[in-house]
Amino acid sequence: MTISPISLAFEKSRKEKRPALLTYTVAGDNTKKKSLEILNSISNYADICEIGFPHNTPIADGGQIQTSSYRAIKNGIKMIDVFQIVKKFKKNKNAKPIILMGYYNMIYQYGENKFLKKCKEVGVNGLIVVDLPWPDNMHFAKKCKKNLITFVQLLSPTTSRSRAQKIVKNSHDMIYYISMLSTTGGKLKVSPREILKNYNKIKKMIKSKSKNLIIGFGITSKNISSFKTSDGCVVGSEICKKISESIKKRQNPVINVGNMVKKLRRKL
Amino acid sequence: MTKIKKGIPLIDQHDKNGFWGKFGGNFIPETLKKPVEDLTILFEKLRKDKKFLQERDYYFKNWVGAPTPFVKLENLTAHLGGAQIWTKVVSEANGGAHKIYNATVHSLIAKRAGKKYIVGDTGAGYAGKMLSMAAKKFGLKCKIFMGAKDIKRQKPNCDAMRKNGAEIVPVYTGSQTLVDAVSECMRYWVSNCLTTSMCVGSTVGPNIFVKICGWSTSQISRELMLQIKEEFGEIPKKLKLINCVGGGSSSFGFWNEFMHYKKKQVEFIGVEAGGPKKSKRHAAPLTYGSKIGILHGAAQYVNQNTDGQIEETESISAGLDYPGVSPLHCFLKDVKRARYTAATDEEALKAYQLVTEYENLNPSLEPSHAFAEAIKIAPQLSSDTIIIVNSCGDAQKDRDILKQRLGK
Repeated sequence: MTISPISLAFEKSRKEKRPALLTYTVAGDNTKKKSLEILNSISNYADICEIGFPHNTPIADGGQIQTSSYRAIKNGIKMIDVFQIVKKFKKNKNAKPIILMGYYNMIYQYGENKFLKKCKEVGVNGLIVVDLPWPDNMHFAKKCKKNLITFVQLLSPTTSRSRAQKIVKNSHDMIYYISMLSTTGGKLKVSPREILKNYNKIKKMIKSKSKNLIIGFGITSKNISSFKTSDGCVVGSEICKKISESIKKRQNPVINVGNMVKKLRRKL
Repeated sequence: MTKIKKGIPLIDQHDKNGFWGKFGGNFIPETLKKPVEDLTILFEKLRKDKKFLQERDYYFKNWVGAPTPFVKLENLTAHLGGAQIWTKVVSEANGGAHKIYNATVHSLIAKRAGKKYIVGDTGAGYAGKMLSMAAKKFGLKCKIFMGAKDIKRQKPNCDAMRKNGAEIVPVYTGSQTLVDAVSECMRYWVSNCLTTSMCVGSTVGPNIFVKICGWSTSQISRELMLQIKEEFGEIPKKLKLINCVGGGSSSFGFWNEFMHYKKKQVEFIGVEAGGPKKSKRHAAPLTYGSKIGILHGAAQYVNQNTDGQIEETESISAGLDYPGVSPLHCFLKDVKRARYTAATDEEALKAYQLVTEYENLNPSLEPSHAFAEAIKIAPQLSSDTIIIVNSCGDAQKDRDILKQRLGK
């Protein structure tokens, strides 16, 4: 069996004795061209890039990602453009694995099969669908696997132990642990120690070495170094915020975000 | 093809994944899975609990004011000729609209769940006003999410919410109307679900919220069933129940007890908001054949573009200004049990003028859409046809809009 690029990214960071760094940016923020340039500059330091396909009724995103999403939609981003961005990014020789993240309605409207075919064609490696929880996602997750795309299951502090066990069993090579009860980008209202305690409980449930458990929500350059023992950390809202600030100050978001991710990487 | 089953309430006719046919379900973030499951278990327990039912009935009778009046609109009937026009004046309920039923039940459930806080969304402000009333009555702290545009156009209800001690959280995203208020309310619940109950203001949202709301507003048709039998001795041979449809909570409650009658005998007519006369941004996904999509946790007919972005709507009536519609109504449309049509802003205003001219009744802009349809069809029908319009809200909240549009 071939190892997926996502697993390879985790293996590489494990060899370097650090968690993988995952970034999240919104496709088309603030323009199609700029968002591709941002991805290219991030790619020098991140291990895996999550790209949001923006939706205008996001029920789980906080202010920063909402701002980025609305900005991208206002600038005319369409699903077809999101795929174009991935395709162009993947031509970069330094390209990293790509995980698309968004809400189910956009996949539903595109058509599940057509969507997955397009993902495969442009080089998407994984998918996170915020509002398609287990077990409702079982059918779609299977389709993803058939297409060699990782379907990322999510776990949260409200997930019961028995449910978590079932989800872990049904997961692919990456699982996402939501750090706290919050939308994306909330202030970390639980101590990293507490988060890691819950994280480790789930980690123990994972029998297979090929399944990687990452932490996201509320992780910023201020607290990322507290999560060094995890398999991977996602930073999203802080990056989106940086883009918003750069636009406001009439600075180049590509340079600012690049520098930010460089610093994030150093902290791991 | 899916059909309505006999002997089971429609709210319970979903599959194990929460779907009524192709509609409904639970498209929610993982964090909400547990709170939604907890609420489901609690609700299923409480609806079988005699003490809880007694409590509900007690507050419906002594606090909400059940039953609301059922009266004939003699003058309007005489003026139009044709079918008899009756109305159920649900706006006589405490607070002035049907939203009180759902708000009361959610507050009672929140108390049983040991929650201290309750949050809700609102469009016209009635759901918010009623939730603030119920929260005050039952000792809960209350936050209401409301689009900034709606706060401006429904000031009287906002004043009432504040008076009841609720905090109004203005929502500035998107179209700044109900759709954004519901999204923001859900986001708030994601972050605060351990301490806080959420009341979705209509028969929309994840499966359990559709059920609780439909169960609550069904009080309307329970009362109506008795009132009709008392008035006519039986259910008339030709009965038409006309109701406006936004999210669909009042219409579902108005129809529920009559679900198993043949369509030929008891026809359901739902009237959606067609928006300004020449506008394409209607709020009538059932009438104009919108595609199925996911909005606020449920599959439903919803106004959207080809990419799946939800489209903005436009209606004079804040309570109907919503791009989606209850999965229950989508189901009723698909099984052809109900018929759906739309009235424009202008038609609703005209209907309001006619009703207030002939009758001592002050229907808000939402039921004015339903009256528009009644006025349209009544003259062509026989005098043994009974039309009943649910006058589900009072126009006091619309006074600024009415003044501006009609000069009164």
